[in-house]
Amino acid sequence: MSRVVEGLIPPWQHKRRTLTRFEAKTDTRYGYNPYERPIRMHLRLGVINLDKPRGPTSHEVSSRIKDLLGIERAGHGGTLGGFEPGDIRPFLACYRYY
Amino acid sequence: MQTGKEYVCLMRLHGDVSDERLLEAVKLFTGQIYQVPPVRSSVTRKPRMRTIYSAEIIERNGRDVLMRVACSGGTYLRKYCYDLGLYLGCGAHMQELRRTRAGPYDEENSVTLLDVYEAVKLYNENGEEHALREVVQPVETTIKFLPKVYVLDSAVDAVCHGADLAVVGISKLDDGIKRGDGVAVMTLKGELVALGDAQMSTEEMLDSEEGIAVDTERVIMDRGIYPAVWRTGSKDFN
Repeated sequence: MSRVVEGLIPPWQHKRRTLTRFEAKTDTRYGYNPYERPIRMHLRLGVINLDKPRGPTSHEVSSRIKDLLGIERAGHGGTLGGFEPGDIRPFLACYRYY
Repeated sequence: MQTGKEYVCLMRLHGDVSDERLLEAVKLFTGQIYQVPPVRSSVTRKPRMRTIYSAEIIERNGRDVLMRVACSGGTYLRKYCYDLGLYLGCGAHMQELRRTRAGPYDEENSVTLLDVYEAVKLYNENGEEHALREVVQPVETTIKFLPKVYVLDSAVDAVCHGADLAVVGISKLDDGIKRGDGVAVMTLKGELVALGDAQMSTEEMLDSEEGIAVDTERVIMDRGIYPAVWRTGSKDFN
């Protein structure tokens, strides 16, 4: 048995159009394309979509990631399972560096 | 952040229910629903409106029902299962739960701690950046689904210093922005500058020649990356 109930379009499937108000160029001397940042800057402004292992807490994992990458600050955007009793596995966590 | 979530959840029914009746109940529970947060929750227990975007019954084995549910942030799936059980009359509870998507981040594109270790090792030993760049994504991925406003180079540093965005600083913008919507202020290179609240709709931003377009709430980009045109400008003025 496999049945799908389609309701509304979830936010991750919304398409947006970009409109131009004032045509302008950007000076290559300043800033970077987000995918071409120098590696240190990339790590400092990076995010990891991490499948967290079951044992350690989110806090412990983000601290370990911080040391591993040698950055000043790291935090996490939440894991499921924090308030769930029993053996529910906590997982998808997003790690973000400032 | 309030973003869409997707879960795979195992619901256990407390009585026998036909496929047709189950599907009818799931249909009824799609769209806008009211939820009272469960007793063990971290928020006030008042009825709240939540959205179930879609639901899929992946597999069913007697009273065990495996489902994939797409919902808005702050929806309690434990409660969703319990309420489905109430509606069906037999009762039900959530047996297992796994989140498969949070906003732009889905399970398929997630990495393990081991992937991170290996990428760091490759970088430390061989200076190989490629794996590390695969594992760590730019901060811009977090706002993939927010409407965006792209600003002129000359407007960037003022926003980095906390200034609200004047409409004349805008080059491009997404359609569908309404007053009060959360928007991301971006550079023309696609870098995230700040998050803020729209003070104008898309149409107003396109048509206005003066006024504040975005109230800056949270600055992400460091100061001094783009030239401080606003500063030299004010000096000339004085």
